[in-house]
Amino acid sequence: MSFLDLKNVTKIYPNGTKAVHETSLSVDEGEFMVFVGPSGCGKSTLLRMVAGLEDITEGDINLDGKLINEVDPSERDVAMVFQNYALYPHMNVYNNLAYGLKNRGIDKETIEQKVNDAAKLLQISDYLQRKPSMLSGGQRQRVAMGRAIVRNPKIFLFDEPLSNLDAKLRIQMRLEIKKLQQKVGVTSIFVTHDQVEAMTLADRLAVINNGIIEQLGTPIEIYDNPKSLFVAGFIGSPQMNFLDGNIKNKTLSAEGFEIKDIDSDFEGEVKLGIRPEHLSQSENSLINLKVDLVEQLGSDNLVYGHLKDKKDFCYRCPGNLTIEKGADLSLNIENNKYYIFDKSTGKRVN
Amino acid sequence: MKIKPLQIIAHIILILGVLLMVVPIWISFASSSHDSVTILTEGMKFHIGDQLARNYNEVLNEKGGWSEEVTAAKMFINSFIMALGIATLKVVISAMSAYALVYYRFKLAVPIFWLIFITLLVPLEVRIFPSYKIVSDLGLTNSYTGLILPLVASATATFFFRQFYKTIPDELLESAKLDGANAWSFFIDFLVPLSKTMIAAMFIFMFVYGYSQYLWPLIMTTAEEYWTVVMGMKIIYTESYEGVALPRTAERFAYIILSMIPPVLVVVFLQKWFIKGLIQTEK
Ligand SMILES: Nc1ncnc2c1ncn2[C@@H]1O[C@H](COP(=O)(O)OP(=O)(O)O)[C@@H](O)[C@H]1O
Ligand SMILES: [Mg+2]
Repeated sequence: MSFLDLKNVTKIYPNGTKAVHETSLSVDEGEFMVFVGPSGCGKSTLLRMVAGLEDITEGDINLDGKLINEVDPSERDVAMVFQNYALYPHMNVYNNLAYGLKNRGIDKETIEQKVNDAAKLLQISDYLQRKPSMLSGGQRQRVAMGRAIVRNPKIFLFDEPLSNLDAKLRIQMRLEIKKLQQKVGVTSIFVTHDQVEAMTLADRLAVINNGIIEQLGTPIEIYDNPKSLFVAGFIGSPQMNFLDGNIKNKTLSAEGFEIKDIDSDFEGEVKLGIRPEHLSQSENSLINLKVDLVEQLGSDNLVYGHLKDKKDFCYRCPGNLTIEKGADLSLNIENNKYYIFDKSTGKRVN
Repeated sequence: MKIKPLQIIAHIILILGVLLMVVPIWISFASSSHDSVTILTEGMKFHIGDQLARNYNEVLNEKGGWSEEVTAAKMFINSFIMALGIATLKVVISAMSAYALVYYRFKLAVPIFWLIFITLLVPLEVRIFPSYKIVSDLGLTNSYTGLILPLVASATATFFFRQFYKTIPDELLESAKLDGANAWSFFIDFLVPLSKTMIAAMFIFMFVYGYSQYLWPLIMTTAEEYWTVVMGMKIIYTESYEGVALPRTAERFAYIILSMIPPVLVVVFLQKWFIKGLIQTEK
């Protein structure tokens, strides 16, 4: 049994909303797990069940070899960082950090020691006497982290902690969280709807949709090998291009082109997925793209255009290529990196 | 800075308001420093006279009542104890019951809240006979307990605390729970400090309410040692008024002025909290 074990966990809210369906998942000790999915998919609910803030309708949660379904949140030894930080507004930073320790009956000197260590680690030593209302967003974020770290809990839970920060700070804090987690080595679960955040932070990530884990794996596994239409569309930026197609006798015919000898026995209606970065310009082209707009990012260009049937399409190319609006590009798929999904079930078939 | 006409009008209105509040108090004070004869013959005074010390000394220390034993000072103390007890218990009880109503999501919370709310329609004066019966059956007449106890429940304060607690974000409770806070420590460590302002305000209102009680102490007390200020105002200087003696108007004014001091002290003492909370919301 691993460190944290969820077995067939289901959550039905009193109003009948089924937020999580029979979810099973295990997290190893020291692992950084990320739950990613669109808003309302049940990520927070799952996290809050681990924390003990929501009752578990069905299933079991084991933490460190102990069934915790009925254990009070205060007894679970988990720490959580909330989206709005939930700092204690009437206490200064020192007491925000110390409060959890005081409740555990730890003596004053030890508390002081621990708070000072955590404050140093997070570079908030200078603000210990301030109230949260006198801190900037980033500083509050650190205090929230400090409050979690100082207790040395079994597991850290993060519920979209970066979404209240501006873009630059978000990237910086993202890095810091990752570094901190590696340094402290505490098992962590991080919830986010931002796939870039998920990819960069995770040791493993769980892509969640409609209360179900669609796919579980390392970021690279999921990027390289999405198992469903949803995962393929959700992970990767800019989004994967999807084209309608049909397979007969191992030949896929899409609007305007064909791919022969595909690696699948599937027959019928499909969606063909191609990532913008898996395309290149070449003579013997598959796809003809009419350019509508070019976004120059410096290192890369994002080329937005449409195909013959007006379908929107995106192509990512190195930044040193100059591409004009209105140009006609002939594109080929690099190394046969395309994904085929059953149109009716969304399951990967190649 | 340019002063706009609107500001001038606003200030005039405010100044008039202030005068309306302050002038009667000043007249009472000024009149309390004259001889009763002067007041009776010349009317109320605007300026300070020469009898200030004498009048106040007399009021505070003269033994009155049928037993000739109760002094005004004793009545101030009684009223102060009664008001303090009522205000403290009202605040404590309402804060705690509001806590239960908001944070313990039992099914009857809403009906119970409305039941409490409805008691606003049944003030003590309406239920005074049953209340008296209960208190006297408990043997609590002529005691501070008897003066205080029937008045300690407050629907108004419960209502205000409830509304305030409802504005506190859930994450605060959840965060505190994960930090190991239990139900009691969440109340003491979070709700109480966060509602400091409200507690101060409620305490002031409830103190004044307790201080100005008239009917209940009147019915409750037969022993003069439990007389309160408001009762005294009615009783103390009329009983010696036996036709020949002059009404002791100046002393009455002195008594009125003295009777204002305890509530004023409470306000002065708590206003720091009160104002701080008004200008700096800590939520
Ligand atoms: N307290 C609640 N009562 C009823 N439904 C809820 C409650 N909290 C969340 N839900 C519903 O459960 C689903 C999952 O919510 P949540 O876990 O918050 O999603 P996420 O965090 O992924 O955005 C949503 O449909 C939401 O409306
Ligand atoms: Mg959420």
